[in-house]
Amino acid sequence: MIKKRSYFKSRTLAYVLILPQLLITAAFFYWPAVQGIVASFQLSDPFGFRTRFVWFDNYIALFSDPLYLQSIGITLLFSGSVAIVSISCGLFLASMANRALRLTSLTRTLLIWPYAIAPAISGILWLFLLHPSYGVVAIGMEKWLGIDWNPLLNSSNAMLMVVLASAWKNISYNFVFFLAGLQAVPHSLIEAAAMDGASPFRRFWAITFPLLSPTMFFVTVMTIIFSFFESFGVIHAVTQGGPGGSTNILVYKVYQDGFIGLNLGSSSAQSVVLMGLIILITVLQFKYVERKVQYTG
Amino acid sequence: MMVERTPKLDFFTYTALILGIIAVGFPILYAFIAATLPIEDVSQVPMVMIPGNQLFHNLGEAWSRGHLGTQLFNSFIMASGITIGKIVVSLFGAFSIVYFDYRFRVVAFATVFCTLMLPVEVRILPTYEMAANIFGPLQSVWNALGLDGIVSWFAGHDIEVTLEFSLLDSYAGLILPLTASATCTFLFRQFFLTIPEELCEAAKMDGASPMTFFWKILLPLSKTNIAALVVIEFVYGWNQYLWPLLITTNQNMTTAVIGLQHLLPSPEDPPDWHIAMAGALIVMLPPVLVVLLMQRWFVKGLVEREK
Repeated sequence: MIKKRSYFKSRTLAYVLILPQLLITAAFFYWPAVQGIVASFQLSDPFGFRTRFVWFDNYIALFSDPLYLQSIGITLLFSGSVAIVSISCGLFLASMANRALRLTSLTRTLLIWPYAIAPAISGILWLFLLHPSYGVVAIGMEKWLGIDWNPLLNSSNAMLMVVLASAWKNISYNFVFFLAGLQAVPHSLIEAAAMDGASPFRRFWAITFPLLSPTMFFVTVMTIIFSFFESFGVIHAVTQGGPGGSTNILVYKVYQDGFIGLNLGSSSAQSVVLMGLIILITVLQFKYVERKVQYTG
Repeated sequence: MMVERTPKLDFFTYTALILGIIAVGFPILYAFIAATLPIEDVSQVPMVMIPGNQLFHNLGEAWSRGHLGTQLFNSFIMASGITIGKIVVSLFGAFSIVYFDYRFRVVAFATVFCTLMLPVEVRILPTYEMAANIFGPLQSVWNALGLDGIVSWFAGHDIEVTLEFSLLDSYAGLILPLTASATCTFLFRQFFLTIPEELCEAAKMDGASPMTFFWKILLPLSKTNIAALVVIEFVYGWNQYLWPLLITTNQNMTTAVIGLQHLLPSPEDPPDWHIAMAGALIVMLPPVLVVLLMQRWFVKGLVEREK
């Protein structure tokens, strides 16, 4: 591992300095992670009086449970939609802002504030906008488009509502990254292509877009992580997984089965599955980052 | 600079930007208008779209009905606690990892680094148990070693030792588990590695102690990085949802983002959406202000994360 040529010799001080970090990490990451893995191999009654070691029973039960498989499908649909909406809007707005040279910082100010809003509050704002009896968007849709809109009862309406609330909050995050990525594209390349007669659209797709691919990758990973985990607030505040389990994403199911259903074994097994998923994403990301480093020399 | 005339595309660009800004701002604008209206206007279909004069009345009503005073205070303590805790812990950690040489340096770094992407959401149950009894691990070790038996043997009668200290419904419980994050440590490490070697060499030649070097040189150099992380972590802390939901049962210990839920009108209640939206405006204001006022550092800090 890289280190400084010049360093301090005091061992004791070095240990004292790193100790708080190690203690907190051990207490709130490693210990719980180990406990979670152990609990995922156990079957216990809801009051925790008796536990029994059952090997992979919890996992087998989990993957043969139609509700869990349904929840996987819902999560994929949900995060895929959030990613498509928030990434395409973020990229579009960033490339527009990058063209409007004079107003970049003003547009940035006017576009980044949803980042600061909690997912749960974003959910509440959209619930109001799309409320079947009070929401202006919902009423407009019914009046002008003839759609029978009711996210409180209709599954696909509910899904659309939580996707919009989550994507809206995430547009600004993606916007910031795409704008930074666009500003880093060398002007000389664009100018050379312009001299060769390439139109602005052609230049975007042939030069800018490929150069943005590292940013695109990073933003996609972050959006997926956001929609897998942080969107818990949106779901809990707005639909509570309903109607009829149609917005019951995986992280909400962990909470519901563990804290409300008190099914500790199953909830722990679900947590372990999510942990594995996160580790996989992290490894993929670092593999990719390494390749990027080699590629640019 | 390139000179190219594209009037049609320019027109499209500005129109798209203006529409985009309106679309992104619309949910907030709509909430703001609702918060200024009396109930008759909010419950009209469709809602009156001209701001009314009830803003302060509604804000006051939301404030008292939702116990927002106490809960905003809790949110503030939690967000600042997480921010300060994370930054202090990780500044020291990164300083130790970069500027010292010891046997477990690589192990320590790897231990912390492995937790980089693991959000609290995937380990809620066991972390909750840990917070419910912070001495849980010690208790397990105690039980595993059969120390109860030894103590009983010494005392001559049965003794059961229970180590218990709960963090539920406390500020420590809200803050501590969320200060464990590798992200800040990793960012500070990356930054420290870019600082020229000569600075440390010169400081050592002048006989500066490690901590003098830290306070006098490293800390002032890290100012912009710290500012960026303050914005990001404050927003992160303020907007936490799952953890405060689990760990607080007492309404006086919960945070404003959670408490807002109680202002939402249920189907049986009068449709007090104007109060709910007024509450939402109050609760979202602090992090929005922090982001807008410290925009420059915030954007810098966010973009650094990609590297």
